[in-house]
Amino acid sequence: MSIITETRPRPATPPSHVTSHVKVTGRRVLRSEWAKLWSLRSTWITLGLGLVFLLVLGAIAAWQYKSSLNSGRPMDDDFAGATTYSVALFGVPFSLIAFGVLGVLTASGEYTSGMIRSTLAAVPRRLPVLWSKAVVYGVLAFVIGTVGAVVGFLISSGVLSGTAIAMSISDDGVLRGLLGAGLYLGLVGVIGVAMGTLLRSTAGGISALVGTFLLVPGLMSLLPKSLRADITPYLPSNAGESIFALHHSTDTLSAGAGLLVLLGWTVLALGGAAYRLMRSDA
Amino acid sequence: MIEARQLTKRYGNKTAVDGVEFTVQPGAVTGFLGPNGAGKSTTMRMIIGLDAPTSGTVTVNGHRYARHSAPLHEVGALLEARSIHPGRSAFDHLMVLAYTHGISRARVDEVIEMTGLQAVARKRAGAFSLGMGQRLGIAAALLGDPQTIMLDEPVNGLDPEGVLWIRNLLIGLAAEGRTVFVSSHLMSEMALVADHLIVVGRGRVLADTTVQDMVLQAGGDTVVVASADPAALRRVLAGPGVEITGRPGSEELSVTGLSAREIGLKAAEHGIALFELTAKTVSLEQAFMELTKDSVEYHATSTPVRAA
Repeated sequence: MSIITETRPRPATPPSHVTSHVKVTGRRVLRSEWAKLWSLRSTWITLGLGLVFLLVLGAIAAWQYKSSLNSGRPMDDDFAGATTYSVALFGVPFSLIAFGVLGVLTASGEYTSGMIRSTLAAVPRRLPVLWSKAVVYGVLAFVIGTVGAVVGFLISSGVLSGTAIAMSISDDGVLRGLLGAGLYLGLVGVIGVAMGTLLRSTAGGISALVGTFLLVPGLMSLLPKSLRADITPYLPSNAGESIFALHHSTDTLSAGAGLLVLLGWTVLALGGAAYRLMRSDA
Repeated sequence: MIEARQLTKRYGNKTAVDGVEFTVQPGAVTGFLGPNGAGKSTTMRMIIGLDAPTSGTVTVNGHRYARHSAPLHEVGALLEARSIHPGRSAFDHLMVLAYTHGISRARVDEVIEMTGLQAVARKRAGAFSLGMGQRLGIAAALLGDPQTIMLDEPVNGLDPEGVLWIRNLLIGLAAEGRTVFVSSHLMSEMALVADHLIVVGRGRVLADTTVQDMVLQAGGDTVVVASADPAALRRVLAGPGVEITGRPGSEELSVTGLSAREIGLKAAEHGIALFELTAKTVSLEQAFMELTKDSVEYHATSTPVRAA
């Protein structure tokens, strides 16, 4: 390489031009975390995947429904009780993994790369880094999740218009539900950030996330039936799903209660992350 | 200015830093010297608050690092371990740090130019060579235009040109009145840049001294002289401040306190023939080895390992 030609450094300019207004503030840490997010390729790829899952998987499900309707054969069992709303949100669990994984990566990537040392040297009080990451990424995942859910619904309702299960976005509860789906994805993103900070490892954080949202609900079938009905609605995944469910039965929480329970889980995860961040050497 | 008071760090039952006390003064390059595992990196990590001391304190410009409202403006640090996300470009890495303090983009461009990274600033840092990675780390350390600059093993793995660049940079920064604190396990490198030395071994401060004093302490400059009549030469050279040693029966004497030139002139004056006249400067390297020989963690044994 030929770029290193100058061996004698220029004298550093005297410390006058860095003026006294230079200091760490909450807003500046937010700005830094925002820049961190967008300066990595993995952000674009993973957010794109999360959005594509929301848009494309729902659309494919809608086509599938329509074509089996037109074929004249009896309806697939998979579509029993389907609505435009449920078909449109088919991609949510997949999208959830993408948003959650990126949440984990924003935190664990700092530890695996060593960037955390630069980060904490700049913000030695530490906690502002965690809060900023959670806010920046949570809001971003919420916005993209909501946009994806709304656009995905519009595509699916276009495909399914004229069928027996046709629904419009102006129908009762639909827009509120789509917003709920966005909230769910945003909070999963924050939980991902917390798990990445808590475990400091990408593999560990992703495993914990997938375990919590995909595996634990399955394990509930091992519990006695009476206990199962008491616990299951309060799991992060079930509470999250009830935030955007259109119809609530007796064994699910209401949207508001679901949101409160998931918020509780989020606070718990963030609390654990904050404790580790402050107590352990970086 | 960096002040450590009874600074101690234990990991389980292993004590990495053991009641260390020192003050690093502004306007000079202070070398932080010790064999591998002596606790240099741990001490530096405690200075910028990455590790919490088990006991004792360390302050920068009178306050704990985390208490400063603009820490990058107080201390710029280059740590030994890589502290850069490989997926981010050099420019973005510096911008991310600059945002936390409201440091301008113009300053980012300035440190990029100062460290000669213009051509690669937009490339992913993961593709950087060791030398470029060090330059980026130094650019980050200079970003806040800090009063104190702390570098952990900055020349490790650099080519001679990079080594020279860092040497000049350190001397320049100290000349501007800044506090420069550099760690190394290479005495020879420190001898070229440092004014002051803090030598550590096994977590303890072994010496807190200047480069000259360290040489003097280790025996100073010795002249080896061989002559036909060592006894006569002894008498001729003896005087205040002069120390002469030699084995009985040997033609060779070791003299401290006189230069080779003075010895040669005196011998000629008295008609004593000399066979050899050699000035032997005790190298800092030897002085350092002598000082730390009991605290080197991993000795290479010259004898083959026998099965127990």
